[in-house]
Amino acid sequence: MYEFEYVRPKSVADAASVLAANSDARLMSGGMTLLPTMKQRLAQASHLVHVGMLGELQQIAREGDTLVIGSAATHDAVATSTVVRTAIPALAKLAGGIGDPQVRYLGTLGGSIANNDPAADYPAAILGLGATVVTDRREIAADTWFQGLFTTALDEGEIVVRVHFPVPKRAGYSKIKHPATGYAMSGVLVVDTGAGIRVAATGGGNGVFRWAEAETALTKSMSASTLDGLTLDLAHFSEDIHATREYRAQLCRVMAARAVDQLLG
Amino acid sequence: MLLVDFIRDAVGLTGTHVGCDTTQCGACTVHLDGRAIKSCTLLAVQANGSKVTTIEGMADGDTLHPVQQAFSECHGLQCGYCTPGMVMAVSDLLRRNPRPTDDEIVDGLGGNICRCTGYINIVRSVKRAAELMAAS
Repeated sequence: MYEFEYVRPKSVADAASVLAANSDARLMSGGMTLLPTMKQRLAQASHLVHVGMLGELQQIAREGDTLVIGSAATHDAVATSTVVRTAIPALAKLAGGIGDPQVRYLGTLGGSIANNDPAADYPAAILGLGATVVTDRREIAADTWFQGLFTTALDEGEIVVRVHFPVPKRAGYSKIKHPATGYAMSGVLVVDTGAGIRVAATGGGNGVFRWAEAETALTKSMSASTLDGLTLDLAHFSEDIHATREYRAQLCRVMAARAVDQLLG
Repeated sequence: MLLVDFIRDAVGLTGTHVGCDTTQCGACTVHLDGRAIKSCTLLAVQANGSKVTTIEGMADGDTLHPVQQAFSECHGLQCGYCTPGMVMAVSDLLRRNPRPTDDEIVDGLGGNICRCTGYINIVRSVKRAAELMAAS
């Protein structure tokens, strides 16, 4: 690691002022991506502003038809929360499948969605559930949050505070893990919001996306076989030594079908 | 400074191992306030004010911790390099889930890699540890 100053802010406002005063300062929540990246000297910071332990960012609560989760809530906290398991079981399941137990104790919702790794699970939750990301400055809708690989609508120095998830009628999530890294080779969240169907897919390689054809088809008939032979744009998928574009698309189809089965219970 | 470097180099407790140094293998697993975390991916300063337990803190004098006892009885190790991390991860797993199924054990050890055993005897060790802990 390159040298940096560790800062433990007392509040979100305190963290924001450190970020504003130091253009090379970085925010750290759980550190599960940032620290490994800094260790490899692929990233550096003048100040590491550690917001992960701030009490004001830990909240998990249901407010009417909305599930509110603080940005520093860990994957373990979300996965084991009775509130989450009751309101959106598929979200608890998604969080409980991220990384491994040790990583889930430290990694956080806010860190994951701000990083926007194309193979991360949480982007599928944000987009699939049509969540709203609340920062220290504004509210950002799911459909405008993701702006390409590792890029979001966040401005310089802006801090994710919490996420509002509308509680859906029902939902299902299925993923296949990369055997070495545990990241999603393909992960699909199918959501029946009560007002419509949303299908969000992660792991394709080019960032999370909504599968519009599947949404239309599942609106007419909610069954796994409905997805057979549906158009799925190969531009959403990348190709590397692990899988061809076609193979990744096929994984996405299978995960979507399994997610539908889970939604149906 | 990373927590694992603090433990090994500053405190001199070398039971905590560094395997991959990339948050994958789990050899560096220790308990932070009772929860298993990877000490290669936590700054030492982050642990300030918390209680850290390493493998050296598991046995009670000459009496092995039940998880250590179980690994010994069931040959849950070969070279032993991953074992300290395994013991720390397993003891946390059994705290959360005292009677895990085989699938729950495999999932619970998803963050710990062993290159020798093929995991068969590790899974046996976890089940034996569960028995020992239930009996005590």
